[in-house]
Amino acid sequence: MSIWEYANPKRFMQTSGWALPYLTVASAVCLVVGLVWGFFFTPDDFRQGSTVKIIYLHVPSALMAINAWLMMLVASLIWLVRRHHVSALAAKAAAPVGVTMTLIALATGAIWGQPMWGTYWAWDPRLTSFLILFLFYLGYMALWAAIEDPDTAADLTSVLCLVGSVFALLSRYAVNFWNQGLHQGASLSLDKEENVADVFYFPLLVSIAGFVLLFVALVLLRTRTEIRARRLSALRARERAS
Amino acid sequence: MIALLRRDLILAIRAGGGFGLGLAFFLILVVLVPFGVGPSQAMLAAIAPGILWIGALLSCLLSLDRIFQLDYEDGTLDILATSPMPLEALATIKALAHWITTGLPLTLTAPFLGILLNLPWEANIWLIASLALGTPALSALGTFGAALTVGLKRGGLLISLLVLPLYVPTLIFGAETVRRGAEGLPATTPLMLLAGITAGTLAILPFATAAALRANLR
Repeated sequence: MSIWEYANPKRFMQTSGWALPYLTVASAVCLVVGLVWGFFFTPDDFRQGSTVKIIYLHVPSALMAINAWLMMLVASLIWLVRRHHVSALAAKAAAPVGVTMTLIALATGAIWGQPMWGTYWAWDPRLTSFLILFLFYLGYMALWAAIEDPDTAADLTSVLCLVGSVFALLSRYAVNFWNQGLHQGASLSLDKEENVADVFYFPLLVSIAGFVLLFVALVLLRTRTEIRARRLSALRARERAS
Repeated sequence: MIALLRRDLILAIRAGGGFGLGLAFFLILVVLVPFGVGPSQAMLAAIAPGILWIGALLSCLLSLDRIFQLDYEDGTLDILATSPMPLEALATIKALAHWITTGLPLTLTAPFLGILLNLPWEANIWLIASLALGTPALSALGTFGAALTVGLKRGGLLISLLVLPLYVPTLIFGAETVRRGAEGLPATTPLMLLAGITAGTLAILPFATAAALRANLR
């Protein structure tokens, strides 16, 4: 039993079909618990009032926006090295989910920024690099959409994903040089000292778990759709040939 | 390889528009900016570094889709790919030819356009240095974008979406160098970072370009 068995589309369909309902329910439970707990059962912040509660959407979606790209990077590498089609399709499936997470993070940040910083948008390093990440997602998806041959498209988007990762990272540090930050530091890190207070911390963890599960469930669902679409086009091609 | 470079350069010159078009675009952009933001000399001086760098970026973009397109259509690219020369070398030569026809003339004419935008005279040395060090990276990244979209009918718009985000680090450090130069601050730090990004790009991108070409020619 190794992870490579799931490179077989049939095995992947079986296992993901079995796991998908559990994942969906788990993510729904985590999201509802985390968000309701966060929105209604935590105190208002001393300075920020109730606007602090947007953290339960903002931090998990920002986290997943970056992790979705990381997942696409790993899947692209697997496609380039071992040429498993499921992996390429998973990368394709993750991109729209990732771009949605990026948009949620940007939008919630803007909504929070208006009362707190007095502006919807500032050219702060973190905000700017997120916008650049958003552009990278768009380019990646546009390239998938533009190329007809699926294998060529998978190859080209994988190479773009690798190059894009390097330059997204470079941009992340380049914008630090370019402008000073307005955005606060990490609210979550392994270094306990920096974290938000416990009363906000635990519901945040639950809603992060919810977002992770949601991402996994959505990617599995979309990958299954892609596999079915691929099978359908193969069937059609066979019918046309006969 | 030298023969290929010479061929590309001669084609660019004789086909018309290779040298001239990018430069003319750069000039028009610089002429249009004062109409857009008003003729105040102080304002123009403040935005000149950014405008000149963005102009260089956009004029680079203009000729990208022609790097491989013609060769792909008439089959030259297939012959080049089957020749003993590695595709990585082909990618490097193509990027070099693109740089000689766009990046180099831009670097040389930018100071004159700087006069139009009231860029301080001391900044010119930084402008030339940053463009000379930065535009090779623009050409290498652009060649990569061109290789990604070579098989497409209308790749022009897609190239800009793919390539412009990759230009961000170069633009940041390039424009920062000129801005610091214009304000009389020490500008060597961004210049060195710019050179580092260019060196890294030149080292990595030919391999990515070759990989993209291989996928497209298969």
